[in-house]
Amino acid sequence: MEALTWTGNLGGYLNPVLMVLLALLAIAVVAQFVLGFFAAPMTLQSNPDGTLEARGGALGMAETGVKWTFLATLAVVVAYIVVPLVMPYGAAGIIGEMSKRFLPVWIALIALFAVSIHFKRRLGLYGKLFDSTIGMIGFALVMFWVFTALFVGAFDMILTHDYLTQVSGLKNKVPGVPVPEGTAGAIPHYLLGGDNLARDIFSRVVTGSVFVIAIAPLATIFAFMVGITLGLPAGFYGGKLDTFLSFIANLILAFPVILLFYLLVTPEIVLTGIPSYMAAFLFVFPLIFFGVLLNSRYYTQPAKRNAILIPVLGILGWLYLSIINQKGTVIDFLPAWMDLFDISILVVFVSVVFVNAPTVFRIVRGLTLDLRTRDYVAAAQTRGEGAWYIMLWEILPNARGPLIVDFCLRIGYTTILLGTLGFFGLGLSSESPDWGSTINEGRKLLLIYAHPALPPAVALLSLVLGLNLLADGLREESLKD
Amino acid sequence: MGLFILRRLGVMLLTALCLTFIVFWLTNLAPNLEKLAKTQGNARMSDEAVVSWLENRGYSQALPVKYGQWLGVLPGYVIEGADGEVRARCQIPGEPVEDAATFCGILQGDWGYSTVFKDEVGSIVGTRLGLTGKLMFWVMMVMVPGALIIGVLAGMREGSRTDRSLSTVSIVSTATPEYVSGVVFISVFATATFGMQWFKGTATSAMEDATFENFFLPVITIALYGMGYIARMTRASMTEVMTAQYIRTARLKGVSFPKIVLKHALRNALIAPFTVIMLQFPWLLNGVVIVETLFNYKGFGWVLVQAAGNNDIELLLGVSIVSVFVVLITQLISDIGYVFLNPRIRIS
Repeated sequence: MEALTWTGNLGGYLNPVLMVLLALLAIAVVAQFVLGFFAAPMTLQSNPDGTLEARGGALGMAETGVKWTFLATLAVVVAYIVVPLVMPYGAAGIIGEMSKRFLPVWIALIALFAVSIHFKRRLGLYGKLFDSTIGMIGFALVMFWVFTALFVGAFDMILTHDYLTQVSGLKNKVPGVPVPEGTAGAIPHYLLGGDNLARDIFSRVVTGSVFVIAIAPLATIFAFMVGITLGLPAGFYGGKLDTFLSFIANLILAFPVILLFYLLVTPEIVLTGIPSYMAAFLFVFPLIFFGVLLNSRYYTQPAKRNAILIPVLGILGWLYLSIINQKGTVIDFLPAWMDLFDISILVVFVSVVFVNAPTVFRIVRGLTLDLRTRDYVAAAQTRGEGAWYIMLWEILPNARGPLIVDFCLRIGYTTILLGTLGFFGLGLSSESPDWGSTINEGRKLLLIYAHPALPPAVALLSLVLGLNLLADGLREESLKD
Repeated sequence: MGLFILRRLGVMLLTALCLTFIVFWLTNLAPNLEKLAKTQGNARMSDEAVVSWLENRGYSQALPVKYGQWLGVLPGYVIEGADGEVRARCQIPGEPVEDAATFCGILQGDWGYSTVFKDEVGSIVGTRLGLTGKLMFWVMMVMVPGALIIGVLAGMREGSRTDRSLSTVSIVSTATPEYVSGVVFISVFATATFGMQWFKGTATSAMEDATFENFFLPVITIALYGMGYIARMTRASMTEVMTAQYIRTARLKGVSFPKIVLKHALRNALIAPFTVIMLQFPWLLNGVVIVETLFNYKGFGWVLVQAAGNNDIELLLGVSIVSVFVVLITQLISDIGYVFLNPRIRIS
């Protein structure tokens, strides 16, 4: 087996074209940027025949140049991804083979976008996202990793080798190295090379996405539950409650995050059981939230309320007990048949929620302070609605815009925090395929072998970037109405 | 105004007390003390040996007592150990126990003794803080002007192509945590992989002699993450100012566009970013820890990692006091500065 090159046969045609296009694009961008300072403001002229006329002159040419070279570059990049799909194995190099491995993701992405764009007028805020280019790019990046995590986690589809198997002779080998005969795996190459324990980097990176996609949104949801349940009354009632809660929140925020992680996420602290108690405290907030939410709505119809509340709280309570109940920790009382799942990284989960919750609290408190003076709140008070009804059914829905935007940003921030934990080797085993740990493994030999650390770094960057762009798109679209 | 500052100082002191107590409590939990005993004494100590080791050195006292001693409001312990040796908290190594002072805590200016570095905490924190100060200074020199220029350029014509491309650049920079950009920079600019080996991948030599070659990568790595955020805030504030009435008046008078931006808009647009820049300090602290670990620059962040990794209680407390005060003082300065810069706000 020969080693794969980056672009294979395809590169012979496409690489020179790409180089020329990139050079042209760079020149056009610089020209446009410089000329932009001397130009009059952009005015579109509408001609009598109904056409529009854009700006002419040197700047106009530079702008048109940027547009077309950018589109051409994009077309070449798409060609790198699409053409290999019809080429035989190995002909299209590493990039081509990676594109083939991601085929299910491409199909799922295209299907999702086709359906969403077709029905976008009926889909509310989600549909409006498809009016903004930035939002669509961000959404595509995020969904790329969500689908990757789904296909890897549920169907074992994309990965090429087992992410823990060490193959002798492949230690720190460069991307595209062929594996020895008889090695188990979907393809006979390590696409992105081997790490310092001779494991396949490509498989580790795609497996790492499962960890991030599973943990980050869930931890953010929990942080939001805590922040909302405490922030609403703090902003609504004010007074001593507000002073107290704000002091606690500021206290946690004044801690440098890394110091907090170093203090909380150690095997010694896990022994004392503090993470379990914190989990028991923090994870009870979803129960309180949904209990109060449903009770405040239906308490005038006790029969209906009980019919809804009892199953909801029952299921949530069971989930709650399953989460906090861990074998071998201080909270271990459930019989095994009732314990649905064991989260081995509870301490990581708890500390991430703990760090995020105060910021959410401050945002919710600020929004509530602003919204409680509105007319619809006064109207609800005149109708005789209870305080919690007003908070949860009048104020919270009206604060949803900024909260949704912050939710997207916060998932990105949580991803960064999880990476930080991995980077310092806190709470996660060194075998864990998550991106932070893989970067940490790779950085130790970074000056000699650069390739093991780069793929997880790029993966993390693209996911966080996607979430930030998505938040930006959502903000833009939600401000329009 | 005086009352406002006084009240803020009071809250600050209370916060610092609470935080140090939490750090004290977490580092003094039984498993942590056991680990400390085993790393300092003997790794194969029996349980009884651990207990007596801890008792001899005053670790077995009640938590509030220990905290009071560390603060300097309670007299330091004098314990005659099971091995017959008398140890005192305030004993200076090499001098007899009888000469030891009664009180030795933070209030007396005694920060304690680091078990990892075998040195006074005060001097360790001082030298390391100096090194990190050098790093921070250059980060600020790169980050603040860069962010303000990007923000002002993007915000002066809202919706233009310059605005859109610069905004995208700042989103990308906020989405890149230090450990990602640091790794990318090192592999691109410090290894031969891409043929651009222009800088050094470690900053260890920069501690004595910082040059462009060994100091640029750590500085730019920290600066980049904060830059995007400040630039976005500056842009938002600039776009708001550019729609104000007095800008329109200036335009109608026929003032040229560069003059409007420089003379009328800029000063008012820079009020909001000032607060944001001050509040960036705590974030920079995080970046400093990551970058110092990545580039092996032995400053304050590196000490934090060493102290926390080895459960060096007094050093960790010293480090947390400094970082907490950095956070709280920057908050205070940003509040006061905001009032001074913005004549519309008065605190009564």
